[in-house]
Amino acid sequence: MNRIEVKDLNVYFGDAHILKNINTEIPKNTVTALIGPSGCGKSTFLRTINRMNDLIPSFRKEGDIILDEEDIYSPKYDVASLRKKVGMVFQKPNPFPKSIFENVAYGLKVHGIDDKDFLHQQVEESLKAAALWGEVEDKLDNSAMSLSGGQQQRLCIARTIANNPEVILMDEPCSALDPISTTKIEDLIHKLKNDYTIIIVTHNMQQATRVSKYTSFFLNGEIIESNLTDKLFIEPKVKKTEEYITGRFG
Amino acid sequence: MQKNNFTEFLIEKGLFLTAIFSIIMILIIILFILIEGFPAIQEYGFLNFIFGMNWAPSEGEFGVFPMIIGSICVTLLSLLMAVPLSLLCAIFMAEVAPNNVKKFLKPTIETLSGIPSVVYGFFGLIVLVPIMRETFGGTGFSMFTASLILTVMVLPTIISISQDALKAVPNEYREASLGLGATSWQTIKNIIFPAALPGIITAIILGMGRAIGETLAVIMVAGNVALVPNSIFSPLRTLTSNIALEIGYATGIHHNALFGTAIVLFLIIIILLLVANYMQHKYKIDAGSGYL
Repeated sequence: MNRIEVKDLNVYFGDAHILKNINTEIPKNTVTALIGPSGCGKSTFLRTINRMNDLIPSFRKEGDIILDEEDIYSPKYDVASLRKKVGMVFQKPNPFPKSIFENVAYGLKVHGIDDKDFLHQQVEESLKAAALWGEVEDKLDNSAMSLSGGQQQRLCIARTIANNPEVILMDEPCSALDPISTTKIEDLIHKLKNDYTIIIVTHNMQQATRVSKYTSFFLNGEIIESNLTDKLFIEPKVKKTEEYITGRFG
Repeated sequence: MQKNNFTEFLIEKGLFLTAIFSIIMILIIILFILIEGFPAIQEYGFLNFIFGMNWAPSEGEFGVFPMIIGSICVTLLSLLMAVPLSLLCAIFMAEVAPNNVKKFLKPTIETLSGIPSVVYGFFGLIVLVPIMRETFGGTGFSMFTASLILTVMVLPTIISISQDALKAVPNEYREASLGLGATSWQTIKNIIFPAALPGIITAIILGMGRAIGETLAVIMVAGNVALVPNSIFSPLRTLTSNIALEIGYATGIHHNALFGTAIVLFLIIIILLLVANYMQHKYKIDAGSGYL
């Protein structure tokens, strides 16, 4: 069963043609990795799925993105509820300059939940799911800014989980982190994949092989090859893919 | 290398001298005001001077209390109107307005700050005062009229500085909030505005400084009666007006009393700055970090 279907997607920023004829399907409750050299459109693709690109005035797209059989770009689709359903973790950890508790509760609060007990319970569960609870349980009122980079990124994941999303988009979530924090995030991704559909952009081939079941290789705005991660890395069908994963360019 | 080091030395000392120069100039001015004003305060008595209700130089009465109240009232009333107006305007310009609207709004608001105060005063005298007279009765010269003029005068200061503060909020916060499904307004209210608060407080302080220091435009529309105002439609006299109106002919102790007025104004501004500094500090801590 496919959670997300992308049909003939073309994305433009002004005159620049960023994504060209993307056709792909993202299966439910698995991890899909997007790899490819910088500037190939991976992040743009990711940000098209939760309509973050709408913030850029020159953004224009053709084609459809179907989430659970609904066109997310249809005029009657509510962007706020889409972004609740499709959470996003950014490249640089970006907690709000608020307390740890407030960071996790923020998504729930903006969606109208103000029951204190429920908020506390959700915050605790989300922090546990993000493997951060043990480190912060006695300092929930401290500023999120006092956490380390790796903790901040797990807080951002907890914040996303608290919204009870179906899909989590991760845009190079480990690129600003040290190896130990990276391992923690990767373990976390393994834990989350049973409950969430995860799409992760990464520059790190090893990371793609470690965390993902499917991989799509992007080049110059096109998907060159999509396959099970094991197959794509062991016997790539396209020459360009082979050249990229063996490090001959990129 | 030698030459380079020497240039570095010159630049460093040169910068130090320019910094010191402006500080020395300010100190000289303060000293001058203190020396000129002190005899009046000494002779009339500090408490009498500050809390005296009667300003009658010809009778040797120098109580500046009505002017203190006048300055504070007119400043607060104008901030009461200017702060909401300019913050909403700044939020609109920084967060909501499309680029072509911004291109039109920004120079318009900057022009406002370039208009000389005598022009504002003249506009107030010719246009506002008659309107006030017909609408609310009395002479039309009042605290309210002066506050309206001051409101327009402080708008550009508060708008442009708080707009800069809003723009300085990292885009990551915006994306994080929107990415969690918050609406634009929720994002502005819950994330952007609190993060920009220290800068916004600075904007309000600078606006307040402009309002309390403005003299000419206020003289032209405030009525300048040296009495404590009993409503917002009463005429009043501010501390700065008091100096400007009488310095031309004042001699002896009267002359010193006007410098005493300047000392009082100076003290009020220092108190306001301390309060503002404290608030800025407090909200910075609340915001969680010192990133701004």
